[in-house]
Amino acid sequence: MRKFLEGSHAVAEAVKLSRVGVISAYPITPQTHIVERLAEFVADGELNAQFINVESEHSAASVVLGAEATGVRAFTATSSQGLILMSEVLFNIAGLRLPLVLVCANRALSAPINIWNDHQDAIALRDSGWIQFYAENNQEVHDFIYQAYKLAENPEIMLPVMVNMDGYILTHGMEPVDIPSQEKIDEFLPPYTPPYKLDVENPLSMGLLGDPTVYLETRYAIQKTLEDVLKLIPQIGEDFESIFGRKGVALLEKYRIDGAEDVIVAMGSVCGTVKDFIDKKRKEGFPLGLLKIVTYRPFPKEEIFSFLKDKKNVFVLEKAISLGSDGPLYTEIKSLFKNSLPKICGFIAGLGGRDITFNTLEEMLAVGRKEMVSSYFLDVNHTLLRDKFFI
Amino acid sequence: MMENHLFVAGHTACGGCGQAIAARLVVDTLGKNTIVCNATGCLEVFSTKCPQSSWRIPWIHSLFENAAAVASGVEAALKYLGKENINVCAFAGDGGTSDIGLQALSGMLERGHNVLFCCFDNEAYMNTGIQRSGLTPYEASTTTSPAGKIWRGNWRKKKPVVEICASHFIPYSASASVGFPQDLQRKVKKAASIRGPKYIQIHCPCPLGWGFDASLTLEIAKNAVFAGLYPLVEYEYGEVVKVFKIGNNKKPVDEYIKFQRRFRHLLKDEEALEELQKIADKNIEYYKLV
Amino acid sequence: MFAPLVAKPGSSKDNKTGSWRTLKKPKFLHKNCIGCGMCKLICPEACVNKKDRNFYEPDYSYCKGCGLCSYICPKKDIIMVKEEE
Repeated sequence: MRKFLEGSHAVAEAVKLSRVGVISAYPITPQTHIVERLAEFVADGELNAQFINVESEHSAASVVLGAEATGVRAFTATSSQGLILMSEVLFNIAGLRLPLVLVCANRALSAPINIWNDHQDAIALRDSGWIQFYAENNQEVHDFIYQAYKLAENPEIMLPVMVNMDGYILTHGMEPVDIPSQEKIDEFLPPYTPPYKLDVENPLSMGLLGDPTVYLETRYAIQKTLEDVLKLIPQIGEDFESIFGRKGVALLEKYRIDGAEDVIVAMGSVCGTVKDFIDKKRKEGFPLGLLKIVTYRPFPKEEIFSFLKDKKNVFVLEKAISLGSDGPLYTEIKSLFKNSLPKICGFIAGLGGRDITFNTLEEMLAVGRKEMVSSYFLDVNHTLLRDKFFI
Repeated sequence: MMENHLFVAGHTACGGCGQAIAARLVVDTLGKNTIVCNATGCLEVFSTKCPQSSWRIPWIHSLFENAAAVASGVEAALKYLGKENINVCAFAGDGGTSDIGLQALSGMLERGHNVLFCCFDNEAYMNTGIQRSGLTPYEASTTTSPAGKIWRGNWRKKKPVVEICASHFIPYSASASVGFPQDLQRKVKKAASIRGPKYIQIHCPCPLGWGFDASLTLEIAKNAVFAGLYPLVEYEYGEVVKVFKIGNNKKPVDEYIKFQRRFRHLLKDEEALEELQKIADKNIEYYKLV
Repeated sequence: MFAPLVAKPGSSKDNKTGSWRTLKKPKFLHKNCIGCGMCKLICPEACVNKKDRNFYEPDYSYCKGCGLCSYICPKKDIIMVKEEE
């Protein structure tokens, strides 16, 4: 059934159809509509789940941790400060090997406080062992949730998945979304049957003290599992496509990359803008292409290498910066190439919700073709800096 | 023979550890239909060093401050599964209850989860090396509130967590002591029979942290109660319903502190001892313990 | 590779903490025992076992020698003796 709705409501619909049993989240702009719509579903009896209003994000993540450990599919959503506050618990969830799915409505980090979109929040969690997807539009966010549970709950995987959607742009932007039937979803996503759980019939102890004789192996195990995840994601995407008739999750997506010498690399909703930009440039005679990164963790090194190795200029556009170094995406892509080709440049844009327009992208092409840059901030308003802001 | 217990030997607690006694009494009383969510602390560390565990019931440890929140999640999941006759517990020490854990505890109580929260009160952050906590008593010497030339030990009174929990109007909030094990068992049984959030704070003397010989754990626990420094009280919905009467067993505070190295500096300090006695007398008067 | 850190229930029994004892250990005299069970109730190691109504015995492979059983016995039927005995 097709509905015209905002991304947060598309998320709520997917969570409902995924037959989630325990939901707990703390409100934070711009995630609030997700949780509010879920509360409505539960209040009206449309979703049979336990809805727990907690007193902070740290507790929200802890509640869903407890629920997953007891063998019940759980869900939470957050943003920015909330994600950082619960980061302790998120590392804990990955280490405990619990298959939680979390939606992050990407938002900038304080200070200064800023409620608009960039990727700094989720990028800050890239070392945690969580799988990370970045959605370009509301349909993708919706579809990723089912595939996230299927991937996470695979008994060989058992790692949590973060589905990222750009705050305001996708959460509050309205788009047509096709919502499958419950029967089709049940066909794709079976009930959660964990390999181990808190069960009085089968008692065991989880979350032990792991001293130097065992800790290293647990990290090695997660690393190896994430290698398996790289192989499993395309399969899940194909399973999804065979049932629902549209593309499922993947590691990467190529847009008009054939015959392109120059390629832009980006993640998230900005890819929509970039695709339109590419169409415009191609009409003007410039063979430009887009490599969209859908799966950021685990990082698809081989696949990215094989798509970029024959290109001339690569423009990495990202909404995050590792302050004191370069953009994280640029750094990881650059490290794949030992030689000087292709020429890879890193660009930072859109921080704190600054719009990325065609002008921004033109500036990127102009600078990237002339210079060698690793973390060039696009669209900087130097008059603000000259005036030392507002005192 | 050990098969009767749900918390078994082989753990690495110090000899004479009050917490080891309390933890076993609680789970043995609750029975095998029990799930424990444990905060980081002595109990968690000495009972589950990989690959061993002393627990014979399902048990999970997550972080330091979220025992009550994890227990809320477990309780919600069991509700969803329709399994409602299982005791869900959160276990924590001083820190995981009164300081870093207070937020999650308050949230759990306010939401009304069917969870029993047990605080194993050994009056300092023992696991990290005897540092001062919100439950450290007045004038006790700890590593971060040491008795020195200027300081007289801890300069604050114990945070009244039993009262804080009671003021959430929960069905049951009580204090207990390993010095009175049968009273503790009775309180645990009573809590288990109530649906809703329950809090029991258990006084667990610590031979290493308080500085006394392991064989004195129970004596010291009893003396704390008889001196009026650890009133055993029961609140229901915010009202005191029962107290453990000291009666003729009343002891002066020096009887309590005399074996403990953490209070040694008071034996030479009349004024300090009087301050402590005042606290005891106030408790006795307020709760009508004699 | 799914390798979480999980332990089987009661697996700590493999750790024989009786080796911790250095100075003293409890000796149950079995002369005046009234079967109150307090020694079993309060042992921090849960290693005092009931063999019969008036007969309790510690498991020396776990006993840490804390002396609480000796303290609590109302009939003074448990004494602490040197480890060598």
